[in-house]
Amino acid sequence: MQHSRDVRTAMAQIELDGINRLFRLGDSEVHALRDVSLRIEAGDYVSVMGPSGSGKSTLLNLLGLLDRPDGGNYHLEGRDVTTLSADEQAAVRSARIGFVFQSFHLVPRLTAAENIGLPLMLAGLAATERSARIAQALRDFGLEGRAHHRPEELSGGQRQRVAIARATIMRPAVLLADEPTGNLDRSTGHEVTALLEALNTAGTTLVVVTHDPAMGERAHRWLRMEDGAIAQDLRRHELPA
Amino acid sequence: MSPTDTLRFATRAATAYPLRTALMTLAMSIGVAAVVVLTALGDGARRYVVGEFAALGAQLLIVLPGRTETGGVNPGSFVTSTPRELTNADAAALLRLPLVQRVAPITVGNTEVAAAGRLREVMVVGTSTDFLELRGMRMAHGSFLPREDFERASALAVLGDAIRAELFGHEPAVGRMIRVGDTRLRVIGTLAPGGQGLGMTTDELVLVPVATAQAMFNTNGLFRILVETTRRDALPAAQRQLEELLRARRDGELDVTVITQDAVLGTFDRILGALTLGVAGIAAISLAVAGILVMNVMLVAVTQRTAEIGLLKALGASTASIRAAFLTEAALLSVAGALTGFALGHLGAWGVRLTWPVLPAWPPDWAVIAALGTALGTGIAFGVLPARRAAALDPVQALARR
Repeated sequence: MQHSRDVRTAMAQIELDGINRLFRLGDSEVHALRDVSLRIEAGDYVSVMGPSGSGKSTLLNLLGLLDRPDGGNYHLEGRDVTTLSADEQAAVRSARIGFVFQSFHLVPRLTAAENIGLPLMLAGLAATERSARIAQALRDFGLEGRAHHRPEELSGGQRQRVAIARATIMRPAVLLADEPTGNLDRSTGHEVTALLEALNTAGTTLVVVTHDPAMGERAHRWLRMEDGAIAQDLRRHELPA
Repeated sequence: MSPTDTLRFATRAATAYPLRTALMTLAMSIGVAAVVVLTALGDGARRYVVGEFAALGAQLLIVLPGRTETGGVNPGSFVTSTPRELTNADAAALLRLPLVQRVAPITVGNTEVAAAGRLREVMVVGTSTDFLELRGMRMAHGSFLPREDFERASALAVLGDAIRAELFGHEPAVGRMIRVGDTRLRVIGTLAPGGQGLGMTTDELVLVPVATAQAMFNTNGLFRILVETTRRDALPAAQRQLEELLRARRDGELDVTVITQDAVLGTFDRILGALTLGVAGIAAISLAVAGILVMNVMLVAVTQRTAEIGLLKALGASTASIRAAFLTEAALLSVAGALTGFALGHLGAWGVRLTWPVLPAWPPDWAVIAALGTALGTGIAFGVLPARRAAALDPVQALARR
């Protein structure tokens, strides 16, 4: 390992070092993650695949600072985030991380525009600044006509577009997607995938957890998880033909 | 999250479940309305009684035979232990005091009254001319008892309105003869209906000169003597004069009690004030119940919206923001309930005033403030636990909930 005066340049955007995560279910212990070490460079496009219960979601939750490891270190952009308090982690999530969920997780009583603006509101941005950014996001994601519709009045694809707009409105460095096309039909799934890839092209690091091999294979880097460990880590160009 | 945003977010959350919010508001408003209406009733009753006393004249002193308070040992204590009766001579002596304006000796008894072949049981009050003014009564026909010596047993009577109607119906009563007990009396006047005083209606009374009543009931004593002073501020001085005179008239022993209208008034004021407070306390229990209901509703809301709380956390909401959002929602429910209850309570008090116009049923300010304060207080206090629970949720587990 090379040491540099500038730690930031020496470290990858995401660095996991010997991460362990244990769940206790009654008497038995489940080792959801065992000794996971992983470096993800800024702007990378990573897919995480593997059977159910292999630790994919746990890994994503840890990357998103929603969960804490029982052991190991996590450096995000050179900063050790494992030791931060809950509110400090919330601030990091707010500024640096965007989430896209399989079930969209839109607030049913809020309109599309309000759902998109939720992170801005939580971050305490001024109302004028907020409405400008929401209007821009609605244009970017082709939702202008749907701004005042509630989630129940939107199609699945529109809902996920709202969710992605919400995930990116704070301009995060990392976008974490958990089965983003899992609840969508094929063609809408393609649209959403294209949207996420466009964001990645623009510089956002993209980590996608998926069961869908077609989606997983589009990534530049493939992680395959088994029993809480990374079983396979391939680059696109390393792919066996 | 700015306070305005928190408020807007909580408002949206509250209005998103209209039935839940409406029922919660109703529960809280019933509590507040109960406090407002019941204290309005209690305080109305208090004001009514105080008003009634004031109508009797605030310059009133009442002399009762016997001494209720314990005093020191004085020469009189060794002479006699049974109180002497109040007599007409005492009443006449009181009238000569400079600060005294009116005196009405009173003897009361029950007997039969008969006229025109009809007979009924009646309460007879023996008194004097000044009784009419002292009690603020009005005449319907004829005249009241004439001004004469207290010892003179004139065969005259004044009838209450109900007695008049029962004995004579529509025929004129003035000038007719009636038999009261064994005495034949001439009716010289009838009272106007609806006279009230101390919960006793004057409609059912027969008024006769005091000496006539004493002869009728074979007694020399008086039930009490009503004394009106010349001025209201002369009351304490008049009371001293009265006590001195009566002490002198009974060998240095003051075996009578002189009470002021104020003392009676004060007692009633205190009793009814305590009653109002008690009623308010009982009504406040329903507010506490409503507070627990707020807690229950908010706990259910936290469970219902677990996924949403998880999402907010994923989007970077601090624990303080989530706590504030849920606490604000609880406060909003309480405020809505309190305001609705306040309006309902005033509507109820208005209904009471409409039904019983004599009752000034206005809720006292302290009760309104206490009710609103308790409503908000319990709502927010019971909102703390659910809000803390929401803020403490684990985001991963919360997000996994549907």
